[in-house]
Amino acid sequence: MTNVIEVHGLTKRYGQVLAVDGVDFAVREGEVFGFLGPNGAGKTTTVRLLTGVLAPTAGTARIQDHDIRTEPLLSRAHLGIVPEEANVYVDLSVWQNVMLMAQLHGVPRRQRVQEGDRLLDALGLADRKRHKARTLSKGLRQRLMLCAALVTNPQILFLDEPTSGLDVHSARLIREIVRERNRAGLTVFLTTHNMDEADAMCSRVAIINQGRIAAIDTPDGLRGVIRSRQYTEVGFEGSPPATDDLASLPGVVQVAEHDGGARLYTEAPGRVAVEIVGRAQASGWQVVHLCTCKPSLEEVFVHLTADKPQEA
Amino acid sequence: MTAHTETAHTWSRQLGGALVIVKKNALLYYLRPPVLIFGVLFPVFFFLAFKMGRPVPAESIVPGMVAMALWFTASAVGPLVTPWERRARTYERLIATPVSLRAIIGGDVVSGLIFGGCLSIVPVLLGLLLTDATIVRPGLLAAGIVLGALSFATLGVLLAAPPASSPSNIMLLSNLVRLPLLFVSGIFVPIAQMPGWARWVAPISPLSYAGGLIRGGFGQAGYFAPWLSVLMLVVFTAVFFLAACRFHRRWRARGL
Repeated sequence: MTNVIEVHGLTKRYGQVLAVDGVDFAVREGEVFGFLGPNGAGKTTTVRLLTGVLAPTAGTARIQDHDIRTEPLLSRAHLGIVPEEANVYVDLSVWQNVMLMAQLHGVPRRQRVQEGDRLLDALGLADRKRHKARTLSKGLRQRLMLCAALVTNPQILFLDEPTSGLDVHSARLIREIVRERNRAGLTVFLTTHNMDEADAMCSRVAIINQGRIAAIDTPDGLRGVIRSRQYTEVGFEGSPPATDDLASLPGVVQVAEHDGGARLYTEAPGRVAVEIVGRAQASGWQVVHLCTCKPSLEEVFVHLTADKPQEA
Repeated sequence: MTAHTETAHTWSRQLGGALVIVKKNALLYYLRPPVLIFGVLFPVFFFLAFKMGRPVPAESIVPGMVAMALWFTASAVGPLVTPWERRARTYERLIATPVSLRAIIGGDVVSGLIFGGCLSIVPVLLGLLLTDATIVRPGLLAAGIVLGALSFATLGVLLAAPPASSPSNIMLLSNLVRLPLLFVSGIFVPIAQMPGWARWVAPISPLSYAGGLIRGGFGQAGYFAPWLSVLMLVVFTAVFFLAACRFHRRWRARGL
């Protein structure tokens, strides 16, 4: 599969502060690439470097085979951008906002009018077409931002916290439209704090911490990375067995009470499940619920971005 | 695509982008209070303060009035646009489009040029209708207005480059530059009659040259030869534009 974004040693320094520290990654054509990290990790700086807002201190990136340093205009010719803050032109109408962005991208008149109308309709803004953007709620402004980004018919869409602080309806609508466009071939670069959103939407996820890439993989792959946080969950009828009994099962590294049962953390959840069944038959435990689970993406995120002492 | 065709395509795209910027600025900024106050009311009150109680024929001050109005109006748009967009956080979206920073700056300059050029028609008409002033050399008047508006608008855009948390800080900076230059440019008193030190300073102000051309248009003698005024206004525009590109590029990421 072709890479549409290739990042090589991208670095941004502000005085003594290294905001982005030589990151390398690639985004494949047609995927939804999640970019996660705690506040101040370098997410927004990376996006600003890729979209030409900031100039890198070192390293570079190629977007659709155009170098962001030497061919900045070509590299951002086919980008759509939806920043976290819905910074629409509040004194322009909804329609003028959409048309302005299309004109700045050189979209021909007929195409921008047709596509603009279609998108306003799809995003539930058709009846607000002539209203000033200042009259829109936060959710509607964010929809307008998406509309203005998509009307340029981008090949890569940068979404920075697109659903942060939005009402459920707007958030769902935005996700639906993005999924629909992704199915039609749009590559999406999604920056988010919402782990469920990343888990549900992203084909692959990169986690950035302190300016460096901590991990890149599919959400499933990332969950597998921290094997010690996998667990077997078991529920019992009546009083559960003593924690020590559960902890003594082979392969169990930690036991935590959970919802009347227990979570047995292990690197081999399947083997522990078999051990539980065996012990239950031998000891008369009444097992009503048994499953093997991987950690949530949130747990992976916390694990990878937690402050740790430097290893020798 | 040959190299020439590609270059022509890029120029055409960037020119189109600059015109979109002009349209956006006209829709958003021409009627903003700071533009109207510093661009329209300021010159009117300066004119009244200058005229009241002075025994000078009204027609003799018409060129100065036109030049002063042009100075304030053409240079009022630039200092507003970038700081306002920075504060509204629309600037980041603008510079992430495939329109170059140079084209964006060019669009801002043309916005000031059109605003100043169009509004300068008002004092010209008032002068012609209410006083005995007549246009003797229309070519010089047109050159003074167009080249003057161009260089003043470019100066305005240059003044908008420093990162500021509030547009009012940039308006303050622009007035710190515009007001002193106004007094050494032969608007109120012809350069030839100004004190020696002021005659030395006058050549560093683009308003001196535009004012001279406009005076020539109304049949009055300018301090500088018309060819020198035209040349200097072109040079001022080029220098201001290159400096604006440089400083806007350097400071574009500040305050985002």
